[in-house]
Amino acid sequence: MSLRGAVAIVGAAESTELGKVPHMSALQLHVDAALNALADAGISPSEVDGVACAGESPVDVADYLGIVPEYLDGTNVGGSSYMLHVRHAMAAISAGLCETVLVTHGESGRSRVGMTTWRPAPQSAMAQLEMPYGPIGAPALFPIGVRRYMAEYGMTAEQLAMVPVVQRQWAAMNPRAKLRDPITVADVLASPVIADPVHLLHCCLVTDGGGALVLTSAERARSMDLAAPPVYVLGAGESSESSVVQGLESLTSSRAIRLGGERAFAQAGVGHGEVDHLMIYDAFAHVPLYGLEDLGFVGRGEAPAFVADGNTAPGGRLPLNTNGGGLAYTHTGMYGMFAIQESVRQVRGQAPAQVDGVDVSVCTGVGGMFMSSGTLVLGSEATL
Amino acid sequence: MSQSSPEPAMPVSRPTPDTAEWFERIDREELTVPRCGTCGHHFLYPRMCCPRCGSREVALVPASGRGTIASFVLNNRPPPGFEGQTPYAIALVDLEEGPRMMAQVRGVDPAEVTVDLPVRAVFEPRGERRVVQFEVVGNGQEESS
Ligand SMILES: [Zn+2]
Repeated sequence: MSLRGAVAIVGAAESTELGKVPHMSALQLHVDAALNALADAGISPSEVDGVACAGESPVDVADYLGIVPEYLDGTNVGGSSYMLHVRHAMAAISAGLCETVLVTHGESGRSRVGMTTWRPAPQSAMAQLEMPYGPIGAPALFPIGVRRYMAEYGMTAEQLAMVPVVQRQWAAMNPRAKLRDPITVADVLASPVIADPVHLLHCCLVTDGGGALVLTSAERARSMDLAAPPVYVLGAGESSESSVVQGLESLTSSRAIRLGGERAFAQAGVGHGEVDHLMIYDAFAHVPLYGLEDLGFVGRGEAPAFVADGNTAPGGRLPLNTNGGGLAYTHTGMYGMFAIQESVRQVRGQAPAQVDGVDVSVCTGVGGMFMSSGTLVLGSEATL
Repeated sequence: MSQSSPEPAMPVSRPTPDTAEWFERIDREELTVPRCGTCGHHFLYPRMCCPRCGSREVALVPASGRGTIASFVLNNRPPPGFEGQTPYAIALVDLEEGPRMMAQVRGVDPAEVTVDLPVRAVFEPRGERRVVQFEVVGNGQEESS
């Protein structure tokens, strides 16, 4: 049985406000986004029989909304969790375990309302094997392979700086983006050093926000009175590896992105040349570079020049992170939901920085420091 | 955090049963690497089974302490306990035996740290414990062995 196109996203929305939302807890941000997504789908909570989320418990989200679930997914593998929720919902709906799944995200990443303080569990590999060496956290740990990448492939500091420069060009067209002023390579390299070679402008934002998706069978989607056309899940894949950087198979590549991507493309039956639009999780500037290579859009070592030459910029042949990404749009902590939201908007033709004729959009999430990854291939009706 | 310590405490590992012996040997200034008795694979982090073949036959074998820097960052934002040292190099070191481990590179101008630099393990006292750090080989230091 092929699951290609068997499930559709029929509701997609973000929280009413993004950025600094101190009057809402993390759970409220889940619910605010969920209500917006349900309104987008034109259904009530009582029509939902499956709930998936990370961070908060799906039990709490379901109960808050009065949903009586027959399917719960609390998969939490960091920022890529939502890609996995969509993939699991695709299987569950197709297998008849449930009919309509609500996937929610909400984090008070900036205001920290209703959030527990993050610190690695004392028994974790990170606490035992990384914390004694004085990393400031993800900004020091996540980019640790970048120097290796520079040594192996000759990437320059200027090329790395082009990632945030290009994403600001997209953000400038998006009124919801937090950072919309244009920046230059010189601006990036003049911004404070966080963990050399990483400067402040190579790092993602820290914001409050939420997002939610409503998924159902393609068959049911066609019978619904939808404001926007359904967006079909053509393919999905997921994988993981070590939650500590010293345990990763490679410092210049992500095995999890590669394996998840291969599976998603194979299921979708889509070639790279057919992809009109791409979202790659960007907690830090190097992540989309790794993603472009690990997903197979360019060869090894080719991503820095590919971005610096404008291929992913407005007017380029592979528009990437068109909402401005985690670097300029929003980043609550587990950003993956926002990458999916932008892919859905682009396929629907409703994005603020809309790319012409998007029928196939690919979005890739990353959790931890390349600890996990999930990729979705989304398509319009025309791709079925 | 003990009251006798005047400085902010730098973190030390709190071992679990599967890592305790590896850390205890470090406290005795002995660096070891877990080795699979079934397939011969050397690996880190320490664990009760081989991540290549699943065997429970795992023993700690002496490591030479020599390695090369696979990659690093120069950290400018110190967490509590690391103030006054910035920038400092947090590196991943490829040990001669194969596995990769994280540590700081000490005793060298951070600007001199490069990928592929040969290094050797040293043991930094931290309270009652020892923490493995690395020094650049041939950095004006006498070879101790
Ligand atoms: Zn083995």
